[in-house]
Amino acid sequence: MPTTPANDSDAAVRQEVDSPPSTRREFIKCTASAVGAGVVTLVIGDLAAGAGEAGLTTTPSDVADGGYDWTRHRYVYLIDTRKCIGCGFCVRACAQENDVPPGYFRTWVERYRVSRTGETEVDSPDGGKNGFEPPVSGRDITKGFFFPKLCNQCTFTPCVQLCPVGASYRTVDGVILVDEKRCIGCGYCVQGCPYGTRFIHPEKHVASKCTLCYHRITRGLKPACVQACPVEARMIGDTRQVGDKVAEIIATERVQVLQPELLTEPNCYYLGLTREAR
Amino acid sequence: MGEHGGYLFPNDLHILWELMIVMYPYVTGLVAGAFILSSLYHVFHRNELRPIGRLSLVASLGFLLFAPWTLLLHLGHPLRCFNVMLTPNLASAMAMFGFIYAAYMALLVFEIWLVHREDIIMLASRSRGVTRWFYKVLALGVYDVSEEAKQVDHRVLVVLAGLGIPGASLLHGYVGFIFGAVKANPWWSTPLMPIIFLCSAIVSGIAMVIILYQIGMKFSGRRIDPPCMQSMARWLWLFVILSVTLELLEIMTLAYERAEEWTVIGPLLVDQLAFTFIGIQLVLGAMVPIILLGIVVLMSRYLTNQIRNTLCFVASLLLLLQVFAMRWNVVIGGQIFSKSLRGFRESHSPGLFEKEGVALAIVLFVFPLVFIVLFNRILPVFEPPDEEVPIEGGPCPAGGE
Repeated sequence: MPTTPANDSDAAVRQEVDSPPSTRREFIKCTASAVGAGVVTLVIGDLAAGAGEAGLTTTPSDVADGGYDWTRHRYVYLIDTRKCIGCGFCVRACAQENDVPPGYFRTWVERYRVSRTGETEVDSPDGGKNGFEPPVSGRDITKGFFFPKLCNQCTFTPCVQLCPVGASYRTVDGVILVDEKRCIGCGYCVQGCPYGTRFIHPEKHVASKCTLCYHRITRGLKPACVQACPVEARMIGDTRQVGDKVAEIIATERVQVLQPELLTEPNCYYLGLTREAR
Repeated sequence: MGEHGGYLFPNDLHILWELMIVMYPYVTGLVAGAFILSSLYHVFHRNELRPIGRLSLVASLGFLLFAPWTLLLHLGHPLRCFNVMLTPNLASAMAMFGFIYAAYMALLVFEIWLVHREDIIMLASRSRGVTRWFYKVLALGVYDVSEEAKQVDHRVLVVLAGLGIPGASLLHGYVGFIFGAVKANPWWSTPLMPIIFLCSAIVSGIAMVIILYQIGMKFSGRRIDPPCMQSMARWLWLFVILSVTLELLEIMTLAYERAEEWTVIGPLLVDQLAFTFIGIQLVLGAMVPIILLGIVVLMSRYLTNQIRNTLCFVASLLLLLQVFAMRWNVVIGGQIFSKSLRGFRESHSPGLFEKEGVALAIVLFVFPLVFIVLFNRILPVFEPPDEEVPIEGGPCPAGGE
C-alpha cells in the first residue's frame, strides 16, 4: 500500500490495485521518519521537484490543504505515435513499477506494417517489452509504425458500468481504478473492455489494469511509462490546470481516440492515429 | 492455450470464462424452460400436460439450487459473492443476479409448496414419529383441505405461476442480456441475445422434462401418457424451430450486412467452431431433432406410442446437446477471437479435474437429478394416476390438443 498524504484522497489511493515495489516503500518510510517536524517543507520541495520534472502541476492549494485534492485535477493521456520507436522501455517500466505478472500487460506496444496493397501485419511480441526484431517480411511495406496502448480511462467506461459489485470505479480526477478488496474476480469488466487492457491477476484473482500510476500522479510525478519514454511519445496532462502543455495539444490539435464509434469517450488521445489501428 | 493465428491483444491470450460459465446459462436455461412448461398447465390450463405439472416445477427447483455453484466455481473470490447483494452496482446487469435469483427461488418454493400442500397434509396424517413431525413442519400449520381452501390454493397458484413466467423469462433473459450487452464483443453484442437464450432455454427445459418423465415412468412402471408426450413434442418442435431461426437470422444479418465484425465471426463459425457450431448446433442438434419431432407432430396418427416416445426421447437428448453447444459457442466462441479482430486463440478444451473442469460440470449436472429423486421420496413429483386411458400401443387421439 503506498504511503499517501493524509487527506480526502486517501481512500482512493488506498484502493489502488497494486502495491509499489518495496524499495520505494522503504524509501518513503525512511523519508517520513527522518523529516519529523520539517515534513511540510520536504513535501512541498518533493512535489515541486516532481512537478517540475513531470510537467504535472500540483497546485499550491493542494499543498496548502496538506495533501492532494482530486477535485482540482482531471488527467488526460496523449500518445504521439509518430515519435514511438518501439524500444519497450515503457512496458518494462510499467511492469517493474506495478509488479505486473509476466504474460499480462497494463500497457504494451504494437508494431504495424502496412503493404502497398493495404495488407496489415500487426505484432507485439511479449507486449513489445523487449523491443522488436527487424521485420523479415518480403512484402513491399509502405507504412510502418509503433503503437503504444494502455487503459483509455474512458469517461463512459463499460468496465465500471459492468462491474456487479462496484469494485471498478472512476475517480473524481478521471482515473479508472479497481478496489481489489471488493473485486470478486468475475471477469465481466475484462470481457467488457473493448481495448483489451484489463486482465485477471493470476495470483490475486482480481481484475487488474493501468492506474496511470495513481500513486505517482497524485504526488505530481509522471506515470512510470511516461517517465521511461526516451522520445516523449507518451505524455500525461491535466485539463484542470491552466496552461497545461498536453491539455493544450489536445484542445488545439487534431487528436483522435481508439474506437470512437463505441462512444466510451476515452481520455487517452492519439496523434498520428491511422485507420489500420484499432 | 495460445496464439492460433493473426494478432491478438497481449491480454487476450487467456480464455477467461470457461466451462462453468457455459454451464451457468445452460443450467438456468433448464430452470426457465421447465418452469415455463409447467406454466402451460398451471396458468394456461393445457390439461394434457397435467402429468408433468409437478415434475417440471421440481426439476426447475433442482437446477435452480445448483445454478449458483457454477458461478461460485468460476469466481476468483467466491467468498466475496455476497458483495453482489451487499454493494451492488445498480448499473451492472450482473448485479441483478442475486435479487432475481432470490425472488425467483422464493416464488418457486412457494408454488411447489402449494402444489404439494394436499399431499403434505395427507402424509402428515398418515405417518408417525419423526416423519409425522417432518411433514407437520412442511405443512406450516395449515391443515385445511376443504373445497374452499383448494379453490384459494388454485387461485394463488395461478397468480404465482403467472408471475413465474415473467420471472423465469427475466431470470434467463437476463443471462442473455449479460452477453448481449457487452458492446466490446461483436459475437455477443446483439439485442436478439436474450430472446435467443430464452427460446433455447425453453427448448432445453422441455427436452429435459421429456427425458425425466419417460425415465420416471419407466422406473415407476407406469404408462407414459400419449397426449402429454404429443403435446410436449409439439411445444418442443415450435420452440426449436423458433430458436434455430433466430440463431441463424442473427448470423445471416451480420453476413449480409458485411458488418466489420463478420471478418472474424465468419472464420470463427466455419473454422474454429466448425464442429460445435455447424456439426452439433446446426446439424446433429437442430436439423435431426426438427425432422424427428416433425414426424411426431405431423404423422402422429401413424405412430405407435413406443415409436412416439422413442422419437421424442432421442430428439430431446439431441436438443439438450444442441443447447449446450449453443451456450458453448456463445461463451467460448466469443473469446476465441481477440478484440483486436485480427486473430484467434486456439480452441479451448477444458481439463478433467480442474476447478472449471469436466468432472465438476458433470457433478453439477447430476446433483439436480439426484435432488429430484430425493424429492420424490418425500413428496410425489408425478401426478397421482387417476383416469387411466387404456390405449397403450394405440395411436394418440388427436394429439391430445
